[in-house]
Amino acid sequence: MQGPGSGPSSAADRADALRITDLSHRFGSVQALSDVSLSVPRGSFTALLGVNGAGKTTLFSLVTRLYSNVSGRIEVAGHDLRRQPAQAMARLGVVFQSRALDADLTVAQNLAYHAALHGIGHRQARERTRQVLAQVGLDQRAGDRVSALSGGQQRRAEIARALIHRPDLLLLDEATVGLDVKSRAEVLALTRRLIAVEGVSALWATHIMDEIQPDDDLVILHKGRVLSSGKAASIAGPSGLTQTFLSMTGAAA
Amino acid sequence: MMERRFPANAWATAFRGIAWRETLRFVQQRGRFLAALVRPLVWLFIFAAGFRAVLGLSITPPYQTYVLYEVYVTPGLVAMIQLFNGMQSSLSMVYDRETGAMRTLLVSPFPRWFLLGSKLMAGVIVSIIQAYAFLAIAWFWDIRPPAWGYVAVFPALILSGLMLGALGLFLSSAIRQLENFAGVMNFVIFPMFFASSALYPLWRMQESSPLLHDICAANPFTYAVELIRFALYLEWNGQALAVVAGCLAAFFGAAVFMYDPAKGLWSRRKERG
Repeated sequence: MQGPGSGPSSAADRADALRITDLSHRFGSVQALSDVSLSVPRGSFTALLGVNGAGKTTLFSLVTRLYSNVSGRIEVAGHDLRRQPAQAMARLGVVFQSRALDADLTVAQNLAYHAALHGIGHRQARERTRQVLAQVGLDQRAGDRVSALSGGQQRRAEIARALIHRPDLLLLDEATVGLDVKSRAEVLALTRRLIAVEGVSALWATHIMDEIQPDDDLVILHKGRVLSSGKAASIAGPSGLTQTFLSMTGAAA
Repeated sequence: MMERRFPANAWATAFRGIAWRETLRFVQQRGRFLAALVRPLVWLFIFAAGFRAVLGLSITPPYQTYVLYEVYVTPGLVAMIQLFNGMQSSLSMVYDRETGAMRTLLVSPFPRWFLLGSKLMAGVIVSIIQAYAFLAIAWFWDIRPPAWGYVAVFPALILSGLMLGALGLFLSSAIRQLENFAGVMNFVIFPMFFASSALYPLWRMQESSPLLHDICAANPFTYAVELIRFALYLEWNGQALAVVAGCLAAFFGAAVFMYDPAKGLWSRRKERG
């Protein structure tokens, strides 16, 4: 099941996987996001780069409706999050910064639960579980409890869960936090591979510059504002991404 | 409204998924089932047996004759099971929120009132299983309501379970950390249970303290107990039904408000990143 209101919808099919326009959000007197605009083209890997506290998680919470956006506009695959929340949410797969799997359930049970939350019937969910677990290399661990998996495997299981309802857009909020170097590389490579295999787009929030490749789309977020967006190579320029990022955020500090 | 875009079987699938997960967790926590049964049984076998000697009960509706104290207290203990279960469900909501599992639920495309309502209903199913298990054991203790009473009490258990679960849901939305929950248990469960008609009829309260009587009469738990008591003995209690239904609507409405991303708790939460 693709979700409510799916079907031949050419405008929605052509739209960016994510388009955010003039989004602002505040917590009391603290301005967390100010006039943020960005887009994630279909089939792209877009990195959202920012230091801790830049507003990445707030942005993700707004896109996933954990918070409500009162100013600005969020569209997921052409569906306005405020006016068509069900259609927009059905096209979204999310990997949160903190682990969100039920450790007492098995990997397959976690995926079945998530599939049900998207209205996917038992038989279809079982078939899809097999597919996505094979894609993330966990097909032999379907019956294991999540608590028995390593950190990297849990992350891969979360990616499988986020894919089970065939979303248009994967949101990954610092998905490699707490992982060792090898697991980090595996999770990153897996996400890039899934863009080709599943035809999904990814918005990858990170503060680690090594995770960004020159031909990735890049958005730099600092203190709730977009400082720069475009191809990583063109933003980095001759001085390299690290130096450019430091000088940009230093100037904005 | 966007909710209509989902086919009916998708709603059913989502509800089944939520109920299945709650049941699975309940089955895995065998100690929880045992504790839920032992608690009212201790009250029935020990407390009620002791009180039988000191507390005489004249004819009190819905009973047609004098009844033993154990008979009187049984509907209150059934309601106690549901009260504890409602709080246990909300405890698991707070736990889910702290561990991050709650977000899996809330990012579902289904509307939030439906997700919370499904979770609430799943908890009620679990509480009804516990309530019937308790009534089955009580039967061997010579507490034997009319046979049809076991059928008539079913809708009453659903309604009272929903009300107490909705109260727990609302409380869980207002609690920020798991540690705070113990205080709520003490400030909610015990006052609600003791200041009600679960252990003594309200007319006896009136004799000893008019103020306490008024407090008990204002306690929604009293009406949950009376709804169960009257249904179990095949009697109608419109007042209890109205109060329980009204409180259910109020508690559930407050919980949905608190879990709304634009209004309640979630709009004020800030996370790092």
